Amino acid sequence: MATWTSSWRALRQAARARRDTRWRFAAVPACGAMAEEDPAAAAAGSGSESEEGEDGERRHRQLLEAISALSGRKRRKLAERSEASGQVSEFNVTCKGAGEKLVLSELLQPIHPKSTLGSVRKELARVKRKAAVELPLSKEEAKRVVREAAYVTTSKDVGKWQQVVLQNRRAEQLVFPLRQDIATVTPLERATSAWKARTPLEQEIFGLLHKTQQPITDPLLTPEEMASVQAMSLEEARRRRAELQKARAVQSYYEAKARRAKRIKSKKYHRVLKKSRRRQALKEFEQLHKSDPAAALARLEELEQLRMQERMSLKHQNKGKWARSRAIMAKYDLEARKAMQEQLARNKELMQKVRVEPPEEELCEVPEEDTDTTALPMPSGANPWMLGKPSGLAPEPEAQEGPRDDRVPGAVENKDEMQEEEEELSEEEALLQDFEQKRRERAGSPKGQDRDHGADETEIGAEQPRDSPVPPVCAEELGDSPVPPVCAEELVGTGPEPPPQPQEQLLLSEQLRRVQTMEDVESLAKDELVEEQEKLVTLRAGKRAQQQEKGRAGDRHTKKASAKRKMISLEAVLDGKPQEMDCPSLPVVLEEEEGGIEQHGMITEAFAGDDVVADFRREKRKAEEAGKPQPVNLVLPGWGEWGGTGLKPSARKVKRFLIKPPPAPPRKDQHLPHVIMSEKRNIHAAAHQVSELPFPFERHQQFEQSMRTPVGPTWNTQRAFQKLTAPRVITRTGHIIQPISAEDVPNTAPGSEARPEGEAMPRRKAGPGKKAVFRGKAVSRGKGVSKGNAVSKGKAVSRGKAVPGEKAQPQRSRAR
Amino acid sequence: MVAMAGGVSGRTDPFPGPAPVPRARVKRFLRGSEEKTPRAVAPRLRWHLKNLGIRENSAAEKAARWEPLLPEEPGFLEVEPGEDSARISQREIADAVDIGSAAKHFELRLEQFGPYRLDYTRNGRFLLLGGLRGHVAALDWAQRRLLSEFNVMETVRDVSWLHCESLLAVAQRRWLHVYDSQGLEIHVVRSFQNLLHLQFLPYHFLLAATSSLGLLHFLDVSVGREVATLSTRSGRAAAMAQDPATALIHLGHANGTVSLWTPNVAEPAVRLLAHRGAVRAIAVHGSGRLMATAGLDRKIRIFDLRTFGVLQEWGVPIGASQLDFSQRRLLAAACGDLLQIYPKVDSGCPPVAPFLQHRVPSPARGLRFCPFQDVLGAGHGMGFSSLLVPGSGEPNLDALEQNPFRSRRQRQEWEVKALLEKIPAELLTPEPALLSRVDTAGLEQKHQERVQRLGFDPTSKPKFRPRRRHRGRAPELRRRQRQHEETRARIRQSLEQKEKNQEEPPKKKRKKEGKTPQKSGNKLGENLQKSANKKGENPPKKGKKLGEKLQKVGEKIPKNQEKREGNAQKIEKKLGKKTPKIGQKNGEKTKIKRKRQKGGPGSKLGGKAPKLGGSPPNRGALERFRK
Repeated sequence: MATWTSSWRALRQAARARRDTRWRFAAVPACGAMAEEDPAAAAAGSGSESEEGEDGERRHRQLLEAISALSGRKRRKLAERSEASGQVSEFNVTCKGAGEKLVLSELLQPIHPKSTLGSVRKELARVKRKAAVELPLSKEEAKRVVREAAYVTTSKDVGKWQQVVLQNRRAEQLVFPLRQDIATVTPLERATSAWKARTPLEQEIFGLLHKTQQPITDPLLTPEEMASVQAMSLEEARRRRAELQKARAVQSYYEAKARRAKRIKSKKYHRVLKKSRRRQALKEFEQLHKSDPAAALARLEELEQLRMQERMSLKHQNKGKWARSRAIMAKYDLEARKAMQEQLARNKELMQKVRVEPPEEELCEVPEEDTDTTALPMPSGANPWMLGKPSGLAPEPEAQEGPRDDRVPGAVENKDEMQEEEEELSEEEALLQDFEQKRRERAGSPKGQDRDHGADETEIGAEQPRDSPVPPVCAEELGDSPVPPVCAEELVGTGPEPPPQPQEQLLLSEQLRRVQTMEDVESLAKDELVEEQEKLVTLRAGKRAQQQEKGRAGDRHTKKASAKRKMISLEAVLDGKPQEMDCPSLPVVLEEEEGGIEQHGMITEAFAGDDVVADFRREKRKAEEAGKPQPVNLVLPGWGEWGGTGLKPSARKVKRFLIKPPPAPPRKDQHLPHVIMSEKRNIHAAAHQVSELPFPFERHQQFEQSMRTPVGPTWNTQRAFQKLTAPRVITRTGHIIQPISAEDVPNTAPGSEARPEGEAMPRRKAGPGKKAVFRGKAVSRGKGVSKGNAVSKGKAVSRGKAVPGEKAQPQRSRAR
Repeated sequence: MVAMAGGVSGRTDPFPGPAPVPRARVKRFLRGSEEKTPRAVAPRLRWHLKNLGIRENSAAEKAARWEPLLPEEPGFLEVEPGEDSARISQREIADAVDIGSAAKHFELRLEQFGPYRLDYTRNGRFLLLGGLRGHVAALDWAQRRLLSEFNVMETVRDVSWLHCESLLAVAQRRWLHVYDSQGLEIHVVRSFQNLLHLQFLPYHFLLAATSSLGLLHFLDVSVGREVATLSTRSGRAAAMAQDPATALIHLGHANGTVSLWTPNVAEPAVRLLAHRGAVRAIAVHGSGRLMATAGLDRKIRIFDLRTFGVLQEWGVPIGASQLDFSQRRLLAAACGDLLQIYPKVDSGCPPVAPFLQHRVPSPARGLRFCPFQDVLGAGHGMGFSSLLVPGSGEPNLDALEQNPFRSRRQRQEWEVKALLEKIPAELLTPEPALLSRVDTAGLEQKHQERVQRLGFDPTSKPKFRPRRRHRGRAPELRRRQRQHEETRARIRQSLEQKEKNQEEPPKKKRKKEGKTPQKSGNKLGENLQKSANKKGENPPKKGKKLGEKLQKVGEKIPKNQEKREGNAQKIEKKLGKKTPKIGQKNGEKTKIKRKRQKGGPGSKLGGKAPKLGGSPPNRGALERFRK
């Protein structure tokens, strides 16, 4: 607003001044300036004064102004105040800007007019900011800068050798001088390519060949032949298409059907479906059982596996999401309750363990209370907890049905279904049991035999040919008894004498089974006795059954049985019943050895057997003891407590100062009862061993791998030997080995040989953008080293910088 | 190559490059397990390992590529269905095969000198027979050429060829004797007493011997050094065998164990309870994987030497007293007078019946398969029988390794090469791959071992002893002492010179004595042995006697004559002096050669014969055999 008023005032004053000094218009530079800027505007501005009726004057002045404007001279003379005039108002305001037209945009601008001194001020500030002229760099710094620059350029120059060096280092063999003119043999084909058919006969032949496109170099098939071979006949193609169409249609139908079936929510439907499937499976299984028992067995195994898996998964508990929701619903919904019941029943069924081992007695002999109440000790040797009998036992379903019914009083109508299912189940289980029984029979369970032997021995003779001779595996492992064990196993000469203290020995015996109850211990004793008898019997029987086949089969069975029951024992190793060789003739003349050895042999033979084993065992134990690291006793008696005769250091001290060494590594023969392996180091051989891992290797396995292949001609073919022992550097006699020159570099760098011009060009180009190149190089070098070739390859191509690209390319060529 | 393929004919190779070898076949030649080594961090090492792998593979591939070029097929015996191969007699086999093979079946009737032990050279060309009653014969059995034959007039327990057919070792009643192929006694090793069995380890040049005292000796025959004497602590070893793959010595003991020994450790590397009764015989297959043992419990057991588990076992009518594996895994057992050869031992179940069976006139004491031949040699009380066992020998032989057809020159070259490639006895370990492994023992343990090995501590400083300083007239005294020492040394030297001069002439006399056949020969051996043992040190007695004699002679002979003799002796001495430096064995050899030139090789042997009572009776038998 202030601007507006002031300018308005200025205008009025200007007008008054003009009135005063009519003829002195030349002395009004401001007006001239205004007119100069915009004559039209000036004219417009003067229009506002026409009211005062001074048109002529104005026009005249205008004319003059226009004329003066034509002359082109700019007058920028500020008004000088030479003398008092009308132009200068009493308010000390010039009439500058009079006759100007007001522009709104000007009015809107800020009040402070742009100062012309702004730029000067800026300049001044900048000058002020600037410090004094920098000192020249110190000598060292200047040198450093130079060095840095030199380093960069030099490293770039030297960098081109890196690849060469690497390549030479990795070369399996270097033949110096490196540059060799290889006399290449030009193939005949190429040599004759310049040859042309001249004679008419030749031309004719060539024409024929070319016309039929007869293959000249690869004479297998002509292109047409190839095409015809590859092409399919029309009929075939049609047939194939039809087939494909049909297959596609069928697939879509099937998919649609499956989708529909999937969407069915009816539980009844699903249940029925499930049942039908189960039935189907059972039926199939029965058929399989009839047709192929072996496959059926395998299937059974598979089922068992499935069952185990399901059992492991704990899917059928009442903890799942579904089960919990059902539990909430069960109070109101009968259906849900039923589902819950089913689930629980299934769970129970799954959780019941199948008997691992057939028990000693017949299943039916086991009283029923025992099966339910597992807390009562079992007469059998197996773990009583493990004796959860299979659910398929006849009385069991009934026994379990009662409580189930009690729990579900409302579900009477479901009972039929349940029973039906259970019947099915029981049928299935009966079947399974049947199988199990048969399998057991086939395996010829030793337990059953035991019983038989126990009953009477006369039967066994009849039974024996069918069943194999059970191995005379010794039952007792007299593990730690220092007393030389009584030979109970050597039964060849002696009768079936029971061991002197059966109970004690049995307590020491080793078995895989865990003895848990008193009855178990008793049964163990029985077992031992039975086994003794059994051994005797089998010995007799073994003699009778001399046929090879049976012997072998028996061996297999016995191995199985023994592996199940016994730890690996020394006697088992030694006492394997060997088959007798059936020889067409027997030796007539017995050996007469030298007297000494025969007597000795006789004696050893007479006393052979158990003491040998016991001695060996003792020796082994001794070796084991000797191999154990000894504890260090640092106890000082009398130190810190009363000392004297008859006083022992306190247990606390002993415990504190008896330093136990770390346990020795496991012995090599820990699993071989019949072997003692020496743990002593061969110090003479160890002197030749490498004691520290040689340099480039990081792990000992790497070193061993590098050492394991022999290079000698004894173990390799001639060529392989030559290759394995080829020298790394070969110098040819009579040739001067020149130091490698810069010209060699592009040749040796394999990437460059593809386009040598391309290599040369970017180098020339690299001049202008030098700085950028340097920076780029520093980056790419780091990358190239750390990451490998893939990153820097693109860069090298785009920038024309050779360094990273060179790094990348040779490796590729190597791979080729 | 590719360009060339397209060249002349205008055809390109439809299957370019070498034919691919199935990976399974290559794998057979790869060593070490397939397990991956940990990846190397350093790129340089990674590259190195990769390169190594490539080289390994290419070497194995080359070997696999050459494998089908082994052209020979092993022999076999086919029987009619229902017929038992064990009932086929040797005569039938000999009739069926070609003449060359049929000639390999023969019998030597040598009834007088008791059951025979035998040994074949490693190339299967030469046979060595040693009768219990002293008869030793070396022959080129394929050509029916007798190398030598003599009677040692002592019990012969065992015989063995050394590295080649030029040397043989005989374990006699008292000591170990070494003869050359001409029957000339070269060494008597008296520290080896009452030997029972001999085994020669060819790559280590070690002769292993067990004695009735339960000792196990190792003798390095290349330098004549006794490498080790170990006490087995199990009494007399009834059986001995070597594992050709690892060069371990297997001993069978009366307590039913088999122990595996190296000369470097004073206890057996492995002890194995093999039988309930005593072990009577052991045999190890050349691959080093199978060991067969026979015991008093009348069983034969086959062990896997990698796991020490029993692979098979079977009973034999009366226990086997001798066992031997053929190159192709046939097992021969001597059960009394019955020789049984069992079929190839590899399948899981033990053999049902023997593959072949042969009855020798009396119980066999030696049983060996001949390498590279389908021949089994058996020594027994009535001589030696060579039997045909089809399919027992390896048909493809490596002539660079063992060449049955090598000439003398080739043998000599091979000898040099073998000596250069000799494996030191120290490197004999149960697992040969030990050397390629890094030793993880600590520094302290290493030092202890070094001290143990060297017998002293090389790093230990000698105990400080203050020097005794002489004062006063010490320099004068020392000068006198030095003078005194010098004069004494001079006198001693001159005396030695004199003694040496006097030694020479009686030697000649002794050589003349050496001509007398039996006893002197033995004495000579003894003397040689003594000299060998004591490294040129003369027994004092002899020296005295000789000195006395010389003195007497010196009285009679004028001085100038003595001088002349002295000169000659000096020259001789110079020659003689050199020999012991070269090595004990060589030195002795030269001496013996000198003697032989004078006495003649035949004379000694010829001299032996009359004392035995007429010409050796075996001569006749062998003459017959030669015809």
